[in-house]
Parts: sequence; structure tokens; C-alpha cells
Amino acid sequence: MNEHMNENQLLQIYNLRIGFGTKLNDVNPIVHGLNLSISRGRILGLVGESGSGKSLTCRSVMRLLPDGGHVLSGDVIFDGHDVLGMSKSELLAFRSTQVGMIFQDPFSSLNPTRRIGSQMIEALRTALSLSKKDAQLRALSLLEQVDISNPSAKLRMYPNELSGGMRQRVMLAIALGARPSLLIADEPTTALDTTTQAQILSLLRRVRDDDGTSILLVSHDFGVIAEMCDDVAVMYGGFIVESGPIEEVYLRPRHPYTQALIASVPTLAIPERGYRRPTIPGPPLGTLPYTSGCPFASRCTFSRAECEDVSMTLLPVGPSHTSACPFGGE
Amino acid sequence: MLTYLFRRLLLSVAQLLGLAIVVFLILQAVPGDPVRIMLGERVPAELVETVRERLGLNEPMLTQLWMYLTRFATGDLGDSVTFGQSIQTLVASRIEPSAYLITYGLILAIIFGGVLGVFAAIRSGTVADFTIRILATALLAMPAFWVGLVLALVFGIAWGLFPVSGYQPGLVGAFRTLTLPAIAIALSLVAVVLRTLRSSMKRVLDSEYVEAARARGYSEGRVLARHALRNAVTPTISIVAVVVGFLIGGTAVIEQVFSIPGLGSLLVQAVERRDYPVVQAIALLAGAVVIAAGLVADLLQAALDPRVRNTISNG
Repeated sequence: MNEHMNENQLLQIYNLRIGFGTKLNDVNPIVHGLNLSISRGRILGLVGESGSGKSLTCRSVMRLLPDGGHVLSGDVIFDGHDVLGMSKSELLAFRSTQVGMIFQDPFSSLNPTRRIGSQMIEALRTALSLSKKDAQLRALSLLEQVDISNPSAKLRMYPNELSGGMRQRVMLAIALGARPSLLIADEPTTALDTTTQAQILSLLRRVRDDDGTSILLVSHDFGVIAEMCDDVAVMYGGFIVESGPIEEVYLRPRHPYTQALIASVPTLAIPERGYRRPTIPGPPLGTLPYTSGCPFASRCTFSRAECEDVSMTLLPVGPSHTSACPFGGE
Repeated sequence: MLTYLFRRLLLSVAQLLGLAIVVFLILQAVPGDPVRIMLGERVPAELVETVRERLGLNEPMLTQLWMYLTRFATGDLGDSVTFGQSIQTLVASRIEPSAYLITYGLILAIIFGGVLGVFAAIRSGTVADFTIRILATALLAMPAFWVGLVLALVFGIAWGLFPVSGYQPGLVGAFRTLTLPAIAIALSLVAVVLRTLRSSMKRVLDSEYVEAARARGYSEGRVLARHALRNAVTPTISIVAVVVGFLIGGTAVIEQVFSIPGLGSLLVQAVERRDYPVVQAIALLAGAVVIAAGLVADLLQAALDPRVRNTISNG
């Protein structure tokens, strides 16, 4: 494990394999040997379509896999600590103080039966062992930090009295309570309208700029990723197919899936008559178990016989830029 | 919350009034002349006529309804025709065993159904969950009177742990004599509580706010008690309120099986003797208990879940 250590890296994931199944000897692998790292103070985007394994990957960082999910092998190293080897109490302390998490649907990620204040104070007291009064003061300043006006009134409200954007701000405020060094945002703006989306995204960037918080931003929207991230990893079928600094990947995508994904991002320009936005042909991957070769081959415009034998290891294609396609997307 | 409380109370009063009218109409519709039944077939027609006059049975139906409602409102239930007592004294002498029996059965059902339901939800998909669910279905399929007889046979006669019939007043006596009948009426209820709680608990445990609570590093016990259970329990509360009605019906049978001198057996006797005022009074009382249970359930839900009080007080 020591050879993995790198002072600049906050989170490193090595050869992570995740599978689903009711029994350990009958598991269907979903994520196949994934490598990922996030540097301190940087925003890493994890992009891919639903079912590509991005949510499972970020849940495995918190060891919050849903029922039936197992980490089959691999290491998750956070700030030099082996997350998968943590004891129960170490894990609880890690979750409450080191990592914050916000979710896709702000309508369902706050407990509907308890006031905002009580949920915030509970989180703050768990993470920081504050007195009730100090927790309340900290809750007020956190709400101000996420641009919520009249915070003391909001503390007395129930989640259903707030708008979606407001709830996502509250989620963010709770997640930031212990000044975590990593924030995991799983599709944080998917359920919100575009204006609110822009506000939440700029808030996330401010958190990184002000506190140096690293962010793992999961999205299916390459537009959001391109706008927000320093680095990006593109996932397809449980593999990372391409990764690198965002300007490299966005301007010079080398994997056919990344190319197709970027081509399908809508623009504001009024299309010419008869224009059809490019889409990725063929159905998304079903639940069939992975056998071998490139999982994208069946939908790829450049597919050829050799695709069956591709090992899916990431090959260098530019400065810090890697791609799993040995044919360079041609 | 206060607006909600007020509106909900008003609704209960309306329900009570409706109940009273329905009970009145049903008795009006029952065939046969109550006076003839009271006095027998061999009395002269003039006597029947005097009694009819005295009881107000010759008045128009609406006047009768009004008389009945005003009496009901002042708490005067009238006199029994065949027991030779006022209904109030009659009911008062029989209410204790029934009240204890229903409360005892309800407590057993909530405790066992609750614990097993939560356990099955946490262990969802495992052998334990499967066993509990099979058991619940089996319990639901067993009629209470049969369960009562089997319990009496095993625990009462074979092992001699509990008396098999009769009732002893006081808490200790009630515990001795009512444990078997309470188990008998609680078993099917356990199944209902268990299944409702298991399914809502399972849904809540899969929700994002439970995941978010786990992501904040809360212990599993805290997640269950402070986040999951509180949200999962509301559907179960409504079901329990509905089930109280079945419980009251069930006591009539179980009181017969265990010879408990409660309201249920009084009801059976009153029906046998065609003692309409007593039947009417017990039906009203049972209905009132069901209405009260619904009230308590709704208020509990409103206290637990702010969305309940918002939807109703605005709508």
C-alpha cells in the first residue's frame, strides 16, 4: 500500500472492483478494477450514463454501498488512511468529519419530519461534539455561508417549506459542517432548474476556492463537468474509459465514447433546419454480466474485430491524459 | 397544530352524530315490534298500546330521532328491557374486563408486531425475514376463537399456567385471566402491524435521507430510531386505528370462549334476548371507541409528521 502514497493526493482508489449479489460466491461485477485519484483542492468530475457505476464508486468511498453491494477487491486510501480497513467507530468518525456528501434529489435527502435546525444541530454535534448552543450558532453561520437569507427563521422550518434549491443549500450546509476535506456531490443539480443549478454550482466552486475542499462531482452532463472541473474521468460499463485534465479531455477526446458524449451536449445556438443532435446509437448496457473486451464496442462507430480483445487498461495519450481505446478513437 | 386539532375534533363530533343516526336507523329497520318482544305475544292489545305510548314509539320517526339524540347527548342510555337494570349500571359492571382485554391485546400486538416488523425490515431478504413473514401469514389465517381454544388447552389445561375461564378484577387478576385471551386476539393483529411496519420501514431504509444520515456518520441505532422509524411508523398508526374496530368485534367471540363477563358477552346475551336498547348502547359505545381511536391516530401522526397537519389544515 505504501507505494501508493502521494502527499498531493487526498483520495486514491486502486483497482476497485464492486459487485452485486445476495451471496458472496454469486456476485455480478459492476465496477471492474477502477483507478481514480483526487488531488487536494481540485474538482474531479466523474461523468457517464446511468448504470455506468459512478454512483457506486462514490458510495464505496464512504462505504455506503446499497444492500447486496460488495467491494470485491481494491483499496480506497483517504489522506493516507485505508478506508476499507477502518473499524466501525473509525468509519463513523471518518464519515462525520472528513467527507461531506450531497445527493441528487434535495426533495428526498432531508428528513421530512424534522426541522432544518434539528437536523443541522444533530449533524454538527455528532461531528464536532459541540454544545447545543454552539451548534446552533454554527448552523446559522453555515446557512449564511450557502447564501440563505434569514437563517434563524429557516432553522425552525421543515424541509417541505423550502424550495428545491434552498434544500440543496441546506444539504450543502450540513455537509460542510465539519469543514470536510472532501465533498462528494452525486448529481447535485440534476433535479433543479437551470438558474438554481448555476447558483448551486457557483456555490460549490466558492467552497473549493475559499476552503480548499476537494470535490468529487458526479454528473451525466458533460456541460456541467466542463464548466466546473479541473480533472475528469469518463466512465462506461464499469470502466474508466478516459481521464485527464478537463481542457485536454474536452478539447481532444481520444475515446469514442467521450467523443460521442461531448458531441451530444446541447448548445444555445439555434440549429439549422434539419439539424439533428448527434446521439449515441444503440441501447445502453443492460444488466448482462461483462465478459471481455471493450464494453462500448457494440455502440461504437469505429468498432472492429480487435475491440473484443481490448484489455481496458488506460494508456497515455497526452499530458496526464489517458484513454482505454488503443485505436485513438478512429 | 392548533387549527388542525380543532378541525379534527370537529370531524370526530360529526362522526359521532353520524354513528348515532346510523345505529338508530338500523334498529328502526329491524323487523318485529319491540313492545311485543318485550311483553310477549299473550298480552292484551290495549297494554301494548299504552307501553308504545309511554316509550314514545307512536311519535313520528324524526321526533323519535330527536328524543334519542338528546338523551344520548346527556349520557342517558335508557333502561334495559330484559336485565331489569339501567343500561349505565349494566355497562359499567361489564366494561372493565373488556377494556383491559382490548388494551392488553393492543399492547401485545404493537410490541410484538413492532419489534418483529423492524427486525424483518433490517434483515430484509434473509432467512429471518422470510420466516417472520411466513409466520405472520400463518397467524393471519388462524381464527382467534380457534387460537383461543388451543391456547386454553395447552397453557391452561395441559401446563396449568393460566386459568382457562372467568375473570378476576384488579391488575393482577386481570393479568392472570386475560393473558391467554389477549394473546388470542392479538395474534392476527401482530401480523397486520408487522407487515405494515416492515414494508414502510423497508421503503424508508432505502430513502435518500436515511442514506444521508448514514453519510453523516450517525450510528446505526441513531439512524433507525431518529430517522427511519419516525417516518416509517405513520402508516402503521392508521392501520392500528382501523384494526381497533376488528379487535372490538373479536372480543365478543373471545369473551364467549373464555367465559369473560365483559361487554362482548353482554352483547351476545342482549342479542339473544332481543334487548334492543342494550344492543344499541353497546354498538354506540364500540363505534365511539373506533372514532376515538381514529382521532388519537390522526393526532399522533400530525405530531410526528408536519406534512400531515399542513395538508389537512389548508385543505
